[in-house]
Amino acid sequence: MRPLTPRRLFWICAVLSAILFVAVVISLRMGAYPISVRQIVMTLFNGALGRRDRIRSEFWLVVFGLRLPRIALGILVGASLATAGAGFQALLRNPLADPYVLGVSSGAALGAILSLTVAPRAPAAIQAAAFAGAVATIAAVYFLGRRRGQLDSSTLLLAGIVTASFLSAVIMFLMTMLSGRDLRGMAFWLMGDLAAPPSVDLRWLYLLLIIAIGSIYSTSSDLNLILTGEREARHLGVNVDRVKLVVYVAASLLTGLAVSVSGAIGYVGLLVPHVMRLLFGSDYRLLIPASALGGAILIVVADTLARTVVAPTELPVGAMTALAGAPVFIYLMRRRGR
Amino acid sequence: MSTLAESGAAAAIAPGAAAGPRLKVEQASYAYAATDRSAPEFTLGPVSFEARQHELIAILGPNASGKSTLLRLLAGLHKPLSGRIELEGMEITKIDARLRAQRIALVQQESEMLFPLRVWEYVLQGRYPYGRRLRFETPEDCLLGGNALAQVGVDELRDRWMDQLSGGERQRVILARALAQQPSLLLLDEPTQHLDIGSKVELLRRLRRLATEMRYTVLVVTHELNLAAEFSDRIVLMHKGKCLRVGVPADVYDPALLEEIFEAPLAVEMRPSGRPRVILRDNR
Repeated sequence: MRPLTPRRLFWICAVLSAILFVAVVISLRMGAYPISVRQIVMTLFNGALGRRDRIRSEFWLVVFGLRLPRIALGILVGASLATAGAGFQALLRNPLADPYVLGVSSGAALGAILSLTVAPRAPAAIQAAAFAGAVATIAAVYFLGRRRGQLDSSTLLLAGIVTASFLSAVIMFLMTMLSGRDLRGMAFWLMGDLAAPPSVDLRWLYLLLIIAIGSIYSTSSDLNLILTGEREARHLGVNVDRVKLVVYVAASLLTGLAVSVSGAIGYVGLLVPHVMRLLFGSDYRLLIPASALGGAILIVVADTLARTVVAPTELPVGAMTALAGAPVFIYLMRRRGR
Repeated sequence: MSTLAESGAAAAIAPGAAAGPRLKVEQASYAYAATDRSAPEFTLGPVSFEARQHELIAILGPNASGKSTLLRLLAGLHKPLSGRIELEGMEITKIDARLRAQRIALVQQESEMLFPLRVWEYVLQGRYPYGRRLRFETPEDCLLGGNALAQVGVDELRDRWMDQLSGGERQRVILARALAQQPSLLLLDEPTQHLDIGSKVELLRRLRRLATEMRYTVLVVTHELNLAAEFSDRIVLMHKGKCLRVGVPADVYDPALLEEIFEAPLAVEMRPSGRPRVILRDNR
């Protein structure tokens, strides 16, 4: 028997954090203005200690002004979507659940677009509207996915896919109708993109991220039991209804958060938790932090590729994640069918 | 073997409880409806009986007779509409859910597992009621989990995946998780379903031993009339939500009554051991 220990949890998170750091440094290095790894590390080091006078101004501009904000946004989005995916998989008892596949991302995108048309200047309205869109969509998918009062795995997926395509159509319709307004491009909302800086201070978004991930993490040993069976979990003393409510709200918040700043990036919530499960097992006490870090790594790498492979043109980052995610989805679906 | 598990099970028993019944069901009834306002679709009870430590009680009856509902009432998952159910002098529904899970283990007809688990991971879930939120398993938990596996004779399976086990092995692992809870009351809902005859006999023999040697009180819902007569101390016979009889197998197995409620031509013969055997009557 090798149950999870705090030591193992710490070391796995430390290794993943180190990989994330390496990915960040590589991403900072890639771009039109040449800057060496040593210069990046020194700039980061001095910046972290607040010694701005020791940094050359062009390095400051390239690292802290241009590239790091985008990477920080990528980390936020990746961690949000991957944790939301792991949360939805437990909540809906479906290994193929993912904010994008279930249409939750499209619901959040629709909420965000509506808030941009109705109240373009209200602070944080876009985040609130994206959250509301996510909450409403997952509730709709949940009820559409039931058969004879029971949550049915394939009906749920079909309900999600149909909802996603319906909401995407509504988004396209709105974007075409409101083409004169500043609503960002259609590709942004349907595919996801990290090029546009968010209108809100990233620090607030990070605070929400930590609260939402913390809430899901606080239920992780309960989720382990719910995954084995809800009735059994109830009998073993788990307050199943409370846990589901926490995960439902927190995972919707994470999706809303990510979509409000980056549009609907797909498959992160599917890909990352499954890879982490294959690597470290399915204990949610480890899976939640590992997925958050893994999601951050995936988006940082995918966005670096998206802005460099066809430079000077950029691909939407969602195209990169879909290229990797769609085959994994099909693989998982076929393996389940067997 | 498994002295810790044994002392744990014994420790859960209140002092002096050995003298009185461990489980006391007094006129307990229950009803459920499709919606809050519609008329009840199913009514159970009132049911009364008692169970002591060392006892194995079988709950028998045809389909839809209320056996599983009764078991869920005993597990505290439903609150009785009227009457009382007490475990060691405490009303079951008033015990906090985690504390209740330290006293009562329920082995249900299993639901689908979402992600593959190793046997030891599954068995350690039985230790959940003893921990605070987010706690990590202690060496004592591992020892008790290992003891539970040894008690049901599947220690060598601990590193296997749950979905690679045979039906009989799986049922024993599920029982091991229940034992890891260190309960005083062990409830099993049709544990013999989907098992071959050898595994059925093996399982009931093991439950009998757990009751006799380890002081558990065991209640089993089953359709196996003959195995129940062979291994149980007493029988609770249910039909259409009513408890028809409670008593030793020889008293409860009245051929006319069994024929009526199971709607089949049945005869009962008494064996030299004093235990009855049900056979299908030749009705040509």
